[in-house]
Amino acid sequence: MKAPFYEDIILAGFGGQGIMFIGKLLIHSAMKEGRDVTWIPSYGPEMRGGTANCTVVISDEAIGSPVITSPHSLIVMNNPSLDAFEPRLKEGGVLVMNSSLITHKAKRKNISVIGVPANEIASEIGDKRVANMVMLGAYVGHTKTVSKEKILEGLRGLLGEEKRKLFEVNKKAFEKGMEFGKV
Amino acid sequence: MGKKTLMTGNEAIAEAAVQAGCRHFFGYPITPQSEIPEYLSKRFPEVGGCFLQAESEIASIYMVFGAAGAGARVMTSSSSPGISLMQEGISYISAAELPCVIVNVMRGGPGLGGIQPSQSDYFQATKGGGHGDYHVLVLAPSTVQEAADLMMEAFDLADKYRNPVMILGDGFLGQMIEPVEFKHMSSTDRPARDWTITGAKGRAQNVVKSLYLKPDVLEQHNLGLHRKYQKMIKNERRVEAYLTEDAQIIIVAFGMAARIAKTAIKILREKDIKAGLVRPITLFPFPYQTLERVAEKVDNLLVVEMNLGQMIEDVKLGVCGKAEVHFYGRVGGMVPNYDEIVADVEKIVKESR
Repeated sequence: MKAPFYEDIILAGFGGQGIMFIGKLLIHSAMKEGRDVTWIPSYGPEMRGGTANCTVVISDEAIGSPVITSPHSLIVMNNPSLDAFEPRLKEGGVLVMNSSLITHKAKRKNISVIGVPANEIASEIGDKRVANMVMLGAYVGHTKTVSKEKILEGLRGLLGEEKRKLFEVNKKAFEKGMEFGKV
Repeated sequence: MGKKTLMTGNEAIAEAAVQAGCRHFFGYPITPQSEIPEYLSKRFPEVGGCFLQAESEIASIYMVFGAAGAGARVMTSSSSPGISLMQEGISYISAAELPCVIVNVMRGGPGLGGIQPSQSDYFQATKGGGHGDYHVLVLAPSTVQEAADLMMEAFDLADKYRNPVMILGDGFLGQMIEPVEFKHMSSTDRPARDWTITGAKGRAQNVVKSLYLKPDVLEQHNLGLHRKYQKMIKNERRVEAYLTEDAQIIIVAFGMAARIAKTAIKILREKDIKAGLVRPITLFPFPYQTLERVAEKVDNLLVVEMNLGQMIEDVKLGVCGKAEVHFYGRVGGMVPNYDEIVADVEKIVKESR
C-alpha cells in the first residue's frame, strides 16, 4: 500500500515579500486536490520589512499538529530567515532559498539546496513583486507537492476579480520558477 | 449547507455565529481575536444584525446582558485580559440566567502578558472566573471545523440552559487557516422565551435580576442554579478518545495542545509505544468518568497544556489515584513541541518498566 501523502513546509522572509500569500496559495491548491491542509502564520506586531513566516501542512490524513518543529521543506527569502530556520530542517529536507537576497551560505550538508535568483527572474519578467511566485514555482517544480494546474486554479481564485490583471505575470513567474526547480 | 472553504478560526467562528442566527455582537478589539469583530462588522449589516464596538470590555458584556435580557441571540468575543474585565458581567448574566455566547481566544498572561497563544485561562473559564457559585458551559475546539460546529451549537446550549456558554480557543486556533464547512443548521425550534423583558403589556411582569437580599431566597436561587449545572454534567459531557483502546499510556490535552499530542502519538506508535489521547471537548462539565475509566487500564497519564498545570487538577480528580499523572506544559505563548512530548512519554514508559 502506498504511504499516505504528507508534507510540511516553513516559508519565511521579510514582511511584504508575499510569503504569506504563497503559503495560502499552496493550501488552496492542495485542498482542491482533496487533501487536508493547515496554514498557520507568525502573528504579532508585524510590519513591512519585519520578518514574517508561515507553516503549511498538507496531508491525505487528518492533520494533527499544525505547528512543525522540523519541517521537510523550507522556502526562505532573506538572510535572517535562512539563519533562523536552516538548523530546523529535517535531514534530507529541501531548502529553497532566494539567492538574489541571501548572501549567507547554507551550512548543512545533509539537505538539498536550491538557490533561486528570484528577484532577478522577477525583474526579467517585468514585475519584481512576483519573486514570491518564482520561489513557489521552484519549490513545486522540485517537490511536485501540488500540480501546476491546481496552483493556477488557486491563483485565479485568490486574486479574484479585483486583481485579475495580475494573473498572467504571476503565472509566468511561477512557470519560470518551476523550470528552475526541476533542474 | 455549504462546501469546504478555507477560513481562519476567527472568521469561521464569526460566520458560524451568523449562520446560527446570532444578530447581536458587542465587543472591543484585542489580538489575537480581532478578526471576529472585523468579520461581523462587515457581515452583520448584510443580514440585518447589530454590530457595536463598545468603549470597553466592561461595557460590552453589559450590552450583552441587556440584549440577552431582551431575548436576543447575542455574543461577544475577546482575549484573555479582555475576558478578565468581563468577569463581573459574566457572573451577573449567570445569576440572571440569560443565554449568551462568549468567545475567549486565549493569549499568554498574566496581566497584559503577550499576544501569542496560550491555554492559561482554564481555571478562569471552568471554575467560575467571576464571584459567586456559578458555572459557564465551556467548549474547547481543536480544529477550525470544530470551532465552527461548536460555535453554532453554543447558541442552542445557551438557550437550553439559559446560561452563558464559552468557546475557549487559543491564538493559533484563531489565526490558523483550515478547511471548514458549515453543515449544521441551527435548530429552529428554540425554547420559548417567555421570560424576556420586552414590555409587560397584556401579560404579567417579567423580572431579570441577580439581587436577592433575603438569604433564604438567595439560597434557593443558588440551589436552582446548582440543579441546572448538575443537568449539564449529566447531559453535556463530551470527550474524544483517540487510540485509547490498546494504549499503554494516555496523554490528556485539549484544544491546540491535543492536536500537537496527536502528532506525538503517531511518532510514538512508530516507535512501538502505544500511546492514546483523551481530549476533553467540554471543559465544564469535565469528563471525569472517562479519566476514571482509562486510569483503570494504564499506569501513567501525561497531561499536556499550554499553561503550568491547570486542567491537570481535574484529570487528577478523575483518575483518583488509580494511576500516575505526569505533566508537560509550555507557557508565555510558547507551544508544546511534539518531539518533547515524545521524549517525555519515552522517559515515563522507561521508568515505569
